[in-house]
Amino acid sequence: MADDDREQSEGAVSRRAFLKGGAAATGALSATLMPGVAEAQLPLAKDADPRLTTVDLRVNGVAYRKEVPNSRTLVEFIREDLKLTGTKVGCDRAMCGACTVILNGRNVYACSMLAVEVSGGDVTTIEGLGTTDALHPIQQAFIEKSGFQCGFCTSGQIMSTKALLDKMPRPTEDDARLLMSGNLCRCSAYKRILESVMTASRLLQA
Amino acid sequence: MDNFSYARPATLRDAASQLGREHNRVMLIAGGTDVLGELKDHLREPERLVPIRHLKELQGIRPSRTGLRIGAATLLADIAESDVIRQQAPVLAMAAGKVGTPQIRNMGTIGGNICQRPRCWYYRNNYPCFKHGGNTCFSAAGENDFHAILEGGPSFIVHPSDTAPALVALGATVRISSGSRERSVPIAEFFVTPRQDARRENVLQPNEIVTELEVPSAPAGSKAIYVKEMVREMWDFALCSVAAMVTVQNGVVQNARIVLGGVAPRPYRAAAAETALVGKALDEASATAAGEAAVQGARPLAKNAYKVPLTQAVVKRALLSLA
Repeated sequence: MADDDREQSEGAVSRRAFLKGGAAATGALSATLMPGVAEAQLPLAKDADPRLTTVDLRVNGVAYRKEVPNSRTLVEFIREDLKLTGTKVGCDRAMCGACTVILNGRNVYACSMLAVEVSGGDVTTIEGLGTTDALHPIQQAFIEKSGFQCGFCTSGQIMSTKALLDKMPRPTEDDARLLMSGNLCRCSAYKRILESVMTASRLLQA
Repeated sequence: MDNFSYARPATLRDAASQLGREHNRVMLIAGGTDVLGELKDHLREPERLVPIRHLKELQGIRPSRTGLRIGAATLLADIAESDVIRQQAPVLAMAAGKVGTPQIRNMGTIGGNICQRPRCWYYRNNYPCFKHGGNTCFSAAGENDFHAILEGGPSFIVHPSDTAPALVALGATVRISSGSRERSVPIAEFFVTPRQDARRENVLQPNEIVTELEVPSAPAGSKAIYVKEMVREMWDFALCSVAAMVTVQNGVVQNARIVLGGVAPRPYRAAAAETALVGKALDEASATAAGEAAVQGARPLAKNAYKVPLTQAVVKRALLSLA
């Protein structure tokens, strides 16, 4: 699959197609043409595959560099390449908010951005906030107020809370409702999520 | 999602040079909120994506002779929160603030918002409709609850953009570049009806990029509002929306712009509603008349007749909030 894609991706003859066709076609190629084709198409030892790109990303303060397919989403990069599985995939269509991370200071849906698009960026995930021994005040607030039921949406809720409180340390309940609106909770723990956000705001002021 | 080639162009000219002569083999990506959904659902399977959000030619909010120039890659969140846009073109800031969710507004761009593809479920489920190169609109005799009541046929999609009605109300101009050639298109002519082209929603050629929006300042003394009615309260695409901009002097409406979203295949300028207002006091009677005039000529389908009274009510409510 990948090889076939690679061959189709370049308008000109790829190395593989050239070699495959070689046995039958070499005789037909004129001596003057052949060296030109070979020089132009034979890749260097490490060929630059146009369908792979090296992504540089700073995640929770650590710099990562990985070559990934261009179609790799940011959330796949975070979960599968970096093994940071605190960020969840819900709808995978920019609707539910489970995949929310903070990219360059803004909360975004990591399912609907390509890793290659955000190369050079700075990402914070739930793993970057606190640890079980030293909880971040927002995590503490969610536990204190039971701002969840099943917990699947929680890391996204917490990342949106972080983006909200970084921007607006003392939101009103209406501000919080609006700025948390991109994160759905199928258990419908909204009332307690809102209490958690307001409590987190107070804890962070203290 | 299938894989594709990808290389960040250094300049607008480089980006344009990567585009071809067909719409779907090479695709532009800016914020990507719509493009990624299309790729994941295999609505389009491009060989190459050309990223443009980083291009410096597409950035910034700058003053111009008549108002503002807004780079096409400006984030919707930045438009919604921009002081200068709130002052000079408030209806645009309001509309941008109604797009999707906070995350969507942190990702999506104004250029992408006006170029997004329809939300029609037949299109999104890959039915071979006009938008996919076919010759049928499956909504016409199908599930058409959310489809067009105005300017429909042969395709009955509705234009999903929130910022587009606001930009039409303001009389914006779309700056377009193919790298070697630039052109300016008044935004009302940027969007097309399905009768003009059932496959596309705008006049962009496959090798063209929206680079900038020239947005004239709202008239002195004008008041404006963007009202969006949705299936649920917090966020969704519009069932019906209205960008209304009205100038009242000495108790009489001098000038009115009323543009509807979510009810027609392009942002729909309700000229009859504007006419119904000019010269009148802005009150219950004139707002009601404008609401009725806004849906003049509406031809609802089997399941979307509710949009007629809904649109009347939304127009009326928007206008009364400006009185």
